[in-house]
Amino acid sequence: MEKGLKTNRRDFLKIAATAGGGLLIGFNWSGCDSPKMKVVSDEEVLNSALNFNSYLSISPTDHVVIYSPNPELGQNIKTSFPMIVAEELDVDWSKVRVQQAFLDTEKYDRQVTGGSGAMPHSWERLRTAGATARQMLMEAAAKRLGVSIDDLKTENGQVIHGSKKLTYGELANEAALGPVPENVKLKNINDFKIIGTPVKNVDNKAMFTGQPLYGLDIYREGMVHAMIQRPPFGMKLKSVDAEAAKKIKGVKDVVTFKENVAIIGEATWPLMKARKQLKVQYEPVDGKLESTAYHNQVFDDMLNTGKGDIKRQDGDVNAAFSTAAKVVKSEYQCPFLSHSPMEPMNFFAHVKADGVELVGPTQTPDRARNAAAEICGVSPDKVTVEMTRLGGGFGRRLRADFVEEAVELSKMLNAPVKLTWSREDDITGGAYRPAVKYRFEAALDSDNKLVGYKLRGVGINAGNCTRENNFPSGSVENLLIESLEYKSPITTNAWRAPITNFLAFAEQSFLDEVAEAAGKDPVAFRLELLDRAKSNPVGEIHYDIDRMKKVVETVAEKSGWGKKQGVSQGISVYFSHRSYVGQVAEARMVNGAPVLDKIYAVTDCGIVVNPTGADQQVRGGMVDGMGHAMFTNMTFTDGISDQKNFDSYRLIKMKEIPEIETHFIKNGIDPTGLGEPALPPTGGAIANAIYKASGKRVRNQPFMEQEEMKNVKLGDPA
Amino acid sequence: MANYKLQINGKSYEVDVDEDTPLLWVLRDNLGLVGTKYSCGIAQCGACTVHINDEAVRSCVLPISAVKDDKVTTIEGLSEKGDHPVQQAWEEVDVAQCGYCQAGQIMTAAALLKKNAAPSDEEIVEGMNANICRCGTYHRIKEAVKLASAKTK
Repeated sequence: MEKGLKTNRRDFLKIAATAGGGLLIGFNWSGCDSPKMKVVSDEEVLNSALNFNSYLSISPTDHVVIYSPNPELGQNIKTSFPMIVAEELDVDWSKVRVQQAFLDTEKYDRQVTGGSGAMPHSWERLRTAGATARQMLMEAAAKRLGVSIDDLKTENGQVIHGSKKLTYGELANEAALGPVPENVKLKNINDFKIIGTPVKNVDNKAMFTGQPLYGLDIYREGMVHAMIQRPPFGMKLKSVDAEAAKKIKGVKDVVTFKENVAIIGEATWPLMKARKQLKVQYEPVDGKLESTAYHNQVFDDMLNTGKGDIKRQDGDVNAAFSTAAKVVKSEYQCPFLSHSPMEPMNFFAHVKADGVELVGPTQTPDRARNAAAEICGVSPDKVTVEMTRLGGGFGRRLRADFVEEAVELSKMLNAPVKLTWSREDDITGGAYRPAVKYRFEAALDSDNKLVGYKLRGVGINAGNCTRENNFPSGSVENLLIESLEYKSPITTNAWRAPITNFLAFAEQSFLDEVAEAAGKDPVAFRLELLDRAKSNPVGEIHYDIDRMKKVVETVAEKSGWGKKQGVSQGISVYFSHRSYVGQVAEARMVNGAPVLDKIYAVTDCGIVVNPTGADQQVRGGMVDGMGHAMFTNMTFTDGISDQKNFDSYRLIKMKEIPEIETHFIKNGIDPTGLGEPALPPTGGAIANAIYKASGKRVRNQPFMEQEEMKNVKLGDPA
Repeated sequence: MANYKLQINGKSYEVDVDEDTPLLWVLRDNLGLVGTKYSCGIAQCGACTVHINDEAVRSCVLPISAVKDDKVTTIEGLSEKGDHPVQQAWEEVDVAQCGYCQAGQIMTAAALLKKNAAPSDEEIVEGMNANICRCGTYHRIKEAVKLASAKTK
């Protein structure tokens, strides 16, 4: 693990500014050595910068330690957040050392990774943190040199007055003693030197040499290992025979809590072996156990006769449909999905007499802390949470179920516990992307104008499965959007781009169907709707029409829409998490089968902080969206998923990826989310391209298990 | 329980474990070499890939009793300073997102290049296809293998 920082209050001065979110800037002023030109180890810098609870500290060695408060799960926040602080501080990036902050709700707010919200939330806070420190350094320099602050400038970690240069390390002590300025001036975005340049992941070296970084890499003196056998959904524990399991060498104990059976041991392997010897019987909590065939029936029954929760109603849909020249109607369905990050769920908990120590991968450290506090009956300030790097999350680690389990066990056993979920636990362990079915209907008048639009969605444990104020709402006079929910014991949770990860595919496919029925080009049809929303808006509109239009036009231009011979293109555009992404997929027919070659993506996420990271998020989101749309199925028999590991729970592989070309709109708007927005449009772009190439319209996921998709070849590695 | 003498990353180790204990868990739980990752436990994802005498092997299904005096290399021992051409290429291409699978990807790529220093695009895809990356860094993995190949020449 990264070394936890020591606190020594004699050695640093903490200066609190109140700008919005409890911003704290601390300067180290411990050592008074003059800066030397030498390679300084991370350890030396961190040890000399005896300071956390802040965004940054400056060491006399001229190094800047920048703390990244949000959990890092691959969205690259641990690199892009510090870039923003360093930019406004005006420091050489090579002098920056990044440290993952612990949970500290007094010093930071929103230490959460979810909703693609970190960047829009923190953009101004991080800039202000850097700019405030810079201003204080300049004031100290002005005082020391006896000059006006207006005659000073900064560059690469130095304050400059004519030929005189003072380094930040030299000034840190005096600067820290000065008053904290308010309303500091932020840089003009055209003057950015770090933001907008490709900065490599700060954990690269550690990741590529196998250093301990992740939750599963935590090993503590005296800890015991634990694994848990959990009941299928809708069942409870009836009996446990642990005789044989307890005989496995390395197993210390078998305990039960709630509906769980936990095996405790000295290492991981004995637990895995012992689980196979465990004889556990379950019984239904009440009534029947759920299976996929039953869910299919529920979907149809509820779509046909269920009373929907009306989410949005514009105009008079009944009139529009009864007088329509043409009506288009289609249904789309998706299965449950497991998040299945490569690092299975795990957590370390140590319940002690005076508090609780938690270490591990969580997207919501505050939730983890509160859960532990409640279980142990202590106040949350007695719980510390150290966030490790997360081996993926995709929303699964927003929950605290695995933290609660580790805490329960540590409390019960009076020992530090490392809880490990097996891959099978992870895939069968719930909190899935909900299974959803949609019914879309569109009414066209005799001029092929879209005059009526209906969406009715049923989600299993997803009562809010429509996004009623999203496109095409605002562009259609008569519109009705209804949502229905079926309550199931199968647990569901946010899964990367919640709801829109499937809704976008369904809606963008359906709009293609409507465009075809209207005899219109899919791009022209979308632009026509956007123009109508602009010139004659209907009701509330929660998306920016101009930004969406720009993305549609740009992706059409970049992909040479409609200008290519022998290539079938499909477009999809979606607004989610404050960002706009348009995609065009290309397919060709080869020996009677559609081959998916390439996808173009145009993203408007405002200012791109880190181009290499942004390209990764878009690409990763698209591969994720494509993989799950094409391959991944999750079916249920009697309350448990039939797929239990990667042999049957099918993730996309290298062979199956098409070429991807990414572009970003330059508009200088403050950055918006990027961890999720590229995922939703991908399924629709692919499905629309495949339809154009083959005439086969696929409406259910995963595509490859649908009749229409036999003989489809993916990617083109050559 | 039995005593096993192991040759890992050029060093000798001795462990007392059951004979069916997979090498993965000996590395992680007994020897503190945690760079080799657990993800599926059934040789389906490649996160646990190590080298046994230069061959890429899934350590999650390799019982310790089968290792004998074979030379084991893990990500920690791929190079002394973390500067193996594959590691350099991974850094230059900035391959990782969450990074959890990347040690296994790197070990697979290094073994591939050892056998075939200049693989074609198809050979790279064929060689790397069994390693899953849930974040979808496949394009960059492909690019980094090519770059590593160029560096090795």
